[in-house]
Formats: sequence, C-alpha cells, structure tokens
Amino acid sequence: MLRYTLKRLFQGLITVWFIATATFFAMHNVPGDPLANDKAATEEIRANLEAKYGLDKPLVQQYLIYMGNILRGDFGISFTQKNRRVNDIIAEHFPISAILGILAVVFAGLGGVLWGALTALYRNRLPDIIIMFLVILGISVPSFVVAAISQLALVNLNDAVNFSLLPVAGWGTVWHMLVPSLVLGLGTMAYLTRLMRSSMLEIVNSDYIRTAKAKGLPPTRIFANHQMRNAILPVVTVLGPSIAAITTGGFVVELVFAIPGLGRYFVQAVQQLDYTVIMGTTVFYGAFLVFMVIVVDLLYGWIDPRVRLE
Amino acid sequence: MAESTTPAPGSPDQFTPLHSEREIHALTRPSLSYWQDAWVRLKSNTRALISLYLVLGLLAFTVIGPMIWTVDPSAQDVDQVSRPPGADRAARVVEPYKPWDGSVAVVDGERLQLADTPTNQAVRLIWPAAPGAESYWIYRNILPVDENSAKGLPLIELFGNGTTHFEDRLDLAPRIYYYTLVALDGTGVPVHRETLAVDVKRVVTVEEAVGRGLADSAEDLLVSDVVHLALHPLGTDYLGRDMLARLMHGARVSLFIGIFAPLLYVLVGVIYGSAAGFVGGQTDQAMMRFADFVVALPFLLFMILFKIAFGIGPGESGVMPMLVAMVVLLWPSTSRLVRGQILQIREEGYISASRLLGARAGYLILRHMIPNTMGVILVTVTFAIPSAIFTEAFLSFIGMGVAPPTPSWGSMCNDGIKTMLTTPHELIFPALLISITVLAFNLLGDGMRDALDARMRSTE
Repeated sequence: MLRYTLKRLFQGLITVWFIATATFFAMHNVPGDPLANDKAATEEIRANLEAKYGLDKPLVQQYLIYMGNILRGDFGISFTQKNRRVNDIIAEHFPISAILGILAVVFAGLGGVLWGALTALYRNRLPDIIIMFLVILGISVPSFVVAAISQLALVNLNDAVNFSLLPVAGWGTVWHMLVPSLVLGLGTMAYLTRLMRSSMLEIVNSDYIRTAKAKGLPPTRIFANHQMRNAILPVVTVLGPSIAAITTGGFVVELVFAIPGLGRYFVQAVQQLDYTVIMGTTVFYGAFLVFMVIVVDLLYGWIDPRVRLE
Repeated sequence: MAESTTPAPGSPDQFTPLHSEREIHALTRPSLSYWQDAWVRLKSNTRALISLYLVLGLLAFTVIGPMIWTVDPSAQDVDQVSRPPGADRAARVVEPYKPWDGSVAVVDGERLQLADTPTNQAVRLIWPAAPGAESYWIYRNILPVDENSAKGLPLIELFGNGTTHFEDRLDLAPRIYYYTLVALDGTGVPVHRETLAVDVKRVVTVEEAVGRGLADSAEDLLVSDVVHLALHPLGTDYLGRDMLARLMHGARVSLFIGIFAPLLYVLVGVIYGSAAGFVGGQTDQAMMRFADFVVALPFLLFMILFKIAFGIGPGESGVMPMLVAMVVLLWPSTSRLVRGQILQIREEGYISASRLLGARAGYLILRHMIPNTMGVILVTVTFAIPSAIFTEAFLSFIGMGVAPPTPSWGSMCNDGIKTMLTTPHELIFPALLISITVLAFNLLGDGMRDALDARMRSTE
C-alpha cells in the first residue's frame, strides 16, 4: 500500500511538472504581449519593464527561473493587478472556490445516492420515471444555462414575495452559497443518480441479497445494509473525475453568480493575458486536480479492499 | 380380384421409402447479421428512434437550413435590435425629418402633452409654464414611473421659464416610454412633476425604405403607406443580427466540433489501442503508461492553454485549434477500451485459425479485430458527441471558444445571458438547441449501447 501510494505520488509529480512546463511554453507562444498596451510607451520603458519581469533573458534561463520559483512556491507578481502576488490571489480566492466546490460535491454525492436508491426502489413506477426524466434533463442542460435560469427564477421569486429571500448573486453569507453550489453540483448529481440506479439494480439479483432474503432479514435492512452499501462503491470511483468537473464547472458558475472565486480570476486572467496569473493558477489547478484523483483512488482502495492496487 | 392387387404380407412391395421432411428443421426466418440485428433492436426502441429523427432533423437544420434561410448571419438590421420573435414589423412611411421650433397647432395648455404623433424619428413634448419654475428637467424611462421610482435617463436641463417644449431624438425605438417633467424653482426645489406615457410608433422615410430594401423604388411609395421591415422568425440579437441565421451557422460550428472531434479522437484511440493490444508485452506497457499520463492531464485547463497558445489571427474562427486540442487530449480513453477488447479477442479461436491459415497482423486487425470491436467503438463515439458539444459550448461561453464574428451556440448563450432579463429569447434559443442536441445524442447513445453491445446493456 505504501509503495503504491509513493508510486502514485511520484507519477503525480511528473504530471504536475509537465503541466508547469507546458504552461510555460504555451504562454511564450502566445501572439499577444502583456506590455503591448500603453504601458511601454518608449523603447526605454519597454526595456526596463522587460528587465523587471525578466522577459529579456533567453527562454531557457526564463524557464529555469520560473521552475525554481515554483519549487519555492512563488508564482510571481500579477502583470495587470498592481503589486498583487499570485500567491495572494490564490490564497484569497481559492478558499471561496473550495467552499463552493465542497458544497457542490456534498450536494451531488448525497443527492445522487439518495435519488439513485429511490429510483431503484420504485423501479418503473412514477417516482422513478419523474426522477429519471429530471436526470436526463440535468445531463443535457449545460451548467451556464441552469445557472442563468435559476438566477432568473430567484429574481422572480424575490419580486413575488417583495423581499430579498435569497440573494441573486455575490458572496458572503450561507444564503449566497446555497443556489450556486446546487447549480454547480447538479450535472454531477444527475450522473451519479444514473450510476447509483444501475448499480442498485445490478445488486438486486446478486447471491448475497438472495441469501439475506432467505435468512429472513427485514427488507429495510437488506436495502440499507446490503444493497445500498455495495451499490455506493462504483459511485466513489467517479468522484475523482467529478471533482475535476465541479472545479472547472466552477469557472462558469462563479462568472454567472459574480462569486469572487479563483475560477473567475483564472478566466479573467486568460482574457487579459496576465501571464503570471495564468501560469500560477494553471499549475495550482493542475496540481490540485492530479492529487485529488490520487486521493480518491487511494480512498477507493481503502473503502473496498477487493480492489487490487497494483 | 383382390388377390391380384394386394401384395402378400411381408413382401417388399408393402413398403415405400419414407421421405425425410427437411423443411421442418429449416430456419423459419432468414438469419440476421450483427448489424441487421442491431438495427432491429434500435427500431424497437422508441426513445432511441425519436432521438435518431431529432439528430437527423438537427443535421438538416444545419446543412439544408442555410440554403433555405439565406440571411447573412453577420448582417445587422439596425431597425430591429434585440427584437423578440413575432414583434410588430409594420412601419409607416413619413416625410423626412424637419426641425421643429416648438410651435404647435392646437394646445389646451393644461398638462404635459405630445405636440405631434410620437415616432421613432422624434417625440415632441410641450407643457404649460409652471408658476415659479426656473428650470425644467426631462427624464425618460422604459419602465413605468411613479412618485418613488427612478425617473430614468435625464435628457436635458432647460434653464429659465421660457422654453416649454422639448424634442427627443435620442435613439428612439418603437415601444412605450415614460417621460417625466420636473420643474425646479430658483433654489433647485421641485415645484412640479408630471409623467407621460408615450407609445412610440415606427416610421421610415421613403429614402430609408428604399435604402434598406423594403421597397423597390421610391415611386412605389407614398407617405402614410405601411411597409414591413425584414422578417426575423426568431427575432434578432443585441446587434440586430438574425437569430435564426445565427443559430443555423452556429449549429455548423457546434455540430462540426461535436461530430468530427469525437470521430477523429476515437480513430486515433482505435489505432493506438489496437496497436498496443496486438503487439502486447513491453511495448504495450510503455504505450499504456503514456496513455495514463495523458489521461491525468486536466482536460479543460489544457484546452484553454491550447487555445491561448495557438492564438487566433484575424478572420479565423478558432474552430481548428479546438478540434486539434480535443484530439490530442481525448484519445486515451478510447485506446484503453479498444486495447482491452483486442487483448480479449486475441485469445479467441478464430484468430488462431486465421493465423494458422497464414493471415498477417494487418489482416488480422482490420478483418477480425476491429470489426468485432466496432459496436463498442460506435457506442463510444455516440456518447462522445454530446460531451464534445458541451465542451465547445463551455469554452465559447467563457470566451475561450470560437472568435466573435463566428456564431456558435455557446458564444450566443454568452451574449444572450447579459440581456437575459429584458430579452430572454437571445439566451433561450441557443440554450434550447444545445440541450435538445445533447439530449438526442445521449438517448441515441443509450439505444445504440442496448442494440450493439450485449455486455454494456443497461438494466432499465
């Protein structure tokens, strides 16, 4: 187990190194130039600015400096936001994205397991049909559309009661978090519901359920202890990719709901060609996603010892 | 008599050979090939069949649509900006604008009122002088105004009590405006306030009508004729571009990426996976290690990086970089799947038989292995299409997709979401199309999986 963990961590590190390198060279391939605006009015100013940001050095040297800084955990200073370190931007805004993401994962996980179990229990009856219809809708409608529609609904709701029941956008209180995290988790919830349902239905026909029935166990106990517990396992495997989906989905939700999370800053930085912020956040996001997948894999091996970790 | 016809008991003449009835054992219906069987299954699945028709309809919308509805998707109709579908298109022909000096034929002098028919050429207001007023302010709002609500856009401040008329020519659209007049005394305290709702009518001059192609020649038009502005069945967007044409051309981008990207990366995955699976051993291990590495890369981050690094020159749509990025990043999952299938098939008896007959590697792969994994591959493609459409829409939505003049459903949503509260049709149509397309391909994928692949058959 330890050997496996170390191996996975090593592989993860290589992936992160590749992401950092790819980001660096991608950034230097960009046709735009962060100093192209009015900042570099004369050749002299331009040369000074280039020297300040180290843009006058050869590419290999720039790369080495950059990697050295990353190893020391220093992502540099933003090009467009004056005197703001990328580390500060991440430290300030990532927690917001993280809270949003964790809430979304919780919603998606709980909702998916619950709805999936319910549909399996009421197979081919009205609750099943209604939930599965909603699930197909949830899979087919893009998150930005859901976000926009729910915002529209909130506006109308607040209008109807003539009182600000739930905030339409922004960040701050628990009420601000509720709707965005639900929207963010919706797609994953739909996907998990589907997975849970089919895994529940598969288990109904297994030998150990028949044994449990033959033993005379009450149906509720069979359902909760035998069926649900085993059906959850496949759901755990897709949590890794789900975290990735929710993290990137956060870009859109943060944009629509005006939440000051890291995702919104990332999108902004990309649009403004803020080199250091793009590189910093990409490496950060990349490392985060790679290690989340590893954690989920390790977790899965721990939950289900049958999974052979090679 | 009887003795001559009846043979003696036990003689060979008593026996006639029995005809074997082969027909009974013959198959009662012709045998079906794998694909025929799959088609029969798919046909019996109503949901999948409806989705198939929907997909065909969408393809027709994309391919044939622009031939029927030949409106230029980037042409702007300045008369109709952000118009919802079914908006009134009638416009009365009037004489060219003439300046106004504030004189008016009939005035009862009681209230704030219109001096002339309000048109999108000009709205002319006149009011009686308020006692004690030193200056007047005129405001315009598109929402109803009462005592407490905002008065809207301040149009002008008129000093002195002499001028009691105002002509508004500022960007008028055919709709209801609420004009508010506020009279202030010398110290700036309001002494009088009045609001007037004005229903502005659309007019065009003869010159404009001819210039915009609403009439053939100036001779055909008389003042007070009614002409109809260009038809936009699904309305126009915030720049006055035809929504239907944009949706059709946007469908080209969305479906092009949605269909070609999966086809290409599945092809790459099939080649890579079948090569790895067929060769096996160390090479297989190394190839799969590389595939694992690519899988571990965060997909959307790399899509965005790709997008930035490629850069989009003027006049380019940015579709190609997106396509390339998808192919480069998404092939490994298919290659894993195909490799697993090939590894299984490699051990089958018919492969050994074929090998024994002298078949070479290329023949074995192309003739036996790939056709036998075709079902799985097709199902993968069908499920990859909706996710590719999603990815395109997502990237275009955050502004990382196709470059502006080129429409795509995602970028149309991005434009539409900004004016969602006032003109929801700009968001609803592209959003609806994305949803229907993704839904259709998802349901079709379910049906294909049930029809083509017995092992993956869903428990529904």
